[in-house]
Amino acid sequence: MMYRELRSHIISLLNANTRLDGRNFTEYRNPIEVEQGIIKTAEGSARVKIGETEIIVGVKLEVGEPYPDTPDEGTIIVGAELLPMSNPEFELGPPGIQAIELARVVDRGIRESKALDFKKLCIAKGEKIWMVIIDICPINDAGNLFDASSLAALAALQDTKYPEFDGEKVDYKKKTDKKLKLEKTPIAVTVIKIGDKFIVDPDIEEEKVVDARLTVSSIEDGTLCAMQKGGDYPLTIAEIDQMIKIGIEKGKELRKIL
Amino acid sequence: MSKIIVSDKSIAVPGETLATGMDILPGAGTYREGEKIVANRLGLAMVDGRTIKLLPLAGRYIPKTGDTIICKVIDVSFSGWRLDTNSAYSAMMSMKDATSEFIQRGANLTQYYDLGDYVVCKIVNVTSQKLIDVSMKGPGLRKLKGGRTIEVDPNKVPRIIGKQGSMVTMIKDATRCSITVGQNGLVWILGDPMSELLAIEAIKKIEKESHLSGLTDKIKEFLEKSIKH
Amino acid sequence: MTYKQRIDNRGFDETRPIEAKVGVIARADGSAVFKIGNTWAYAAVYGPRNLHPKFLQDPQKGILRCNYNMMPFSSSGERVRPGGSRRSKEISLVTEKALLPVLDLDEYPNSVVDVFIELPQTEAGSRCAGICAASMALADAGLDMKDLVSAVSFGRVDDKLLVDLDYSEESYADGPVADIPIAMMPNSGKVTLLQMDGEVSKEDLMNLLEKAKKVCMDIYEVQRNALREKYHEVEE
Repeated sequence: MMYRELRSHIISLLNANTRLDGRNFTEYRNPIEVEQGIIKTAEGSARVKIGETEIIVGVKLEVGEPYPDTPDEGTIIVGAELLPMSNPEFELGPPGIQAIELARVVDRGIRESKALDFKKLCIAKGEKIWMVIIDICPINDAGNLFDASSLAALAALQDTKYPEFDGEKVDYKKKTDKKLKLEKTPIAVTVIKIGDKFIVDPDIEEEKVVDARLTVSSIEDGTLCAMQKGGDYPLTIAEIDQMIKIGIEKGKELRKIL
Repeated sequence: MSKIIVSDKSIAVPGETLATGMDILPGAGTYREGEKIVANRLGLAMVDGRTIKLLPLAGRYIPKTGDTIICKVIDVSFSGWRLDTNSAYSAMMSMKDATSEFIQRGANLTQYYDLGDYVVCKIVNVTSQKLIDVSMKGPGLRKLKGGRTIEVDPNKVPRIIGKQGSMVTMIKDATRCSITVGQNGLVWILGDPMSELLAIEAIKKIEKESHLSGLTDKIKEFLEKSIKH
Repeated sequence: MTYKQRIDNRGFDETRPIEAKVGVIARADGSAVFKIGNTWAYAAVYGPRNLHPKFLQDPQKGILRCNYNMMPFSSSGERVRPGGSRRSKEISLVTEKALLPVLDLDEYPNSVVDVFIELPQTEAGSRCAGICAASMALADAGLDMKDLVSAVSFGRVDDKLLVDLDYSEESYADGPVADIPIAMMPNSGKVTLLQMDGEVSKEDLMNLLEKAKKVCMDIYEVQRNALREKYHEVEE
């Protein structure tokens, strides 16, 4: 209701085969920049910019105890905070549902693709494992935090090196040369439906008038590893088919940047 | 000895000493501290004889009586509409100021202005507590249909409009877009998609380069070059 | 005992390398980044904007609200738990008090100016870096300000008075240490933040405050250049 004028304008543009900023439907904003190793205090880090959207992801490694049902597996924890610095609509306080959804979508892409072999994160079976803690911090939210965060998380993992661990304590001041090994590169692409059109990489205004969205995470060979449907309106099976196609195809393009 | 330190049309930063001497007068955006005239904001220094002032380069809109602004309807009540003015304060529009039509008591006000509508209106009163009344009665005041609304720095609005509207007229003529510039930094644009983009690009260019001289020629050149392509 | 040489070979009156830039967060009304050594602070200003809930409003003038936050991966030790600590709340408070004296919000009754300070990476001196970034962001937001605020931590390690302590100096074990974060309105030399922990004589503290005037003026120059740079970049 509040965005009726905006919505009708966006739809009239889409019907004329263009968007608010003149992009094609399946075109990401330019440039997409990935910069790794920017935070010295993190074990791994990356900054990703997609257009004006900017995100920093940092990885910390901690030693903890395994879950009883997976005694020989390490684990990942993904946190996202929608920092009020990055968007006038974000507020201080514990993560709201938007932040939780963002963290969980990024988490599933990494976890379910088996990008990390959790068994390799085991230090001593049943006793000690590495916990890979990934924190997502938006600096400027100009839209599409999902894709930018997923890309930044993956880039930060690629950059991660183990700190020294003597069996008792972690010495964070000393990083080893041992890298966290990534087995796969899951890339998330969020496809948005507005009216009867599909677009990728929405900006802030397009996000306000979304009918439905589908985040499609896929790995190198096109296998899907995680999905999340959002938005208030349903999708037909034919629409899902089309959105997944776009997701896999754009995923391949984004993977080349890493 | 009085001395002007800052050079005309240079960027001054809060706290910076612009001049010394009791015979130099502190204009807008500056203050006197003993002998010194000091910058009270980030601004473009304007030296006019013995007066120094700073033109603001940034800052949110401060509502002023008589301003023509573009607002979004954010609430509809029994007696009128609440509007977002793109400032720290919202405005009220009463039924009597909304239209020259007679509105029956208890009428559904959304048939005049609905949530999410954009209007061009005039500020008729601002109290010390920043309660704002606006009116739709006057030439050019209307509901905006179609098109898009973009945000620019309200301090740059005079440059975007230009002398007697010369700048905005030039953009309108070159792009064949309808453009309305609100003094609160909202600009409404309607045209074909590519022309709208060009108009926005020109407006953003003015916003970014407002502190430089020769702006009109630069924008003219920019528009001519872009249209050829 | 005597502290002869700083670990990174800096002079006793020398800060770590400083970098500053404004206009780094497009969505904010004003923004800046300030780096001193490995400490790195972002600041974003939103407002003056509508203040909820209403009982917080001041009908005389706008209010200033600051929030200091360390990103979870910003500490060289373990991960910092998100959500704010007693430490970050106190720093938010003293930051607010450090900035308020330069600001004039009389034009904005009932409204709020929000300042969000985020630290992606820290190694000592983070509250001062945050204050420097915040004052630049407030100027970038076009607010009326008498002066910028420039801040740096001072200290004493053993027998020496130092500018801009780093971690190893803060945790020096072979003699007494004092850590003294100071913020100033550099053009008037007035102090807007003063904290200290450790041991220091009154004479030494007075000496440091005198020294602070010069160092804060040097930092002011960096901040000033960064603010001007935003507009000079356009010309090129």
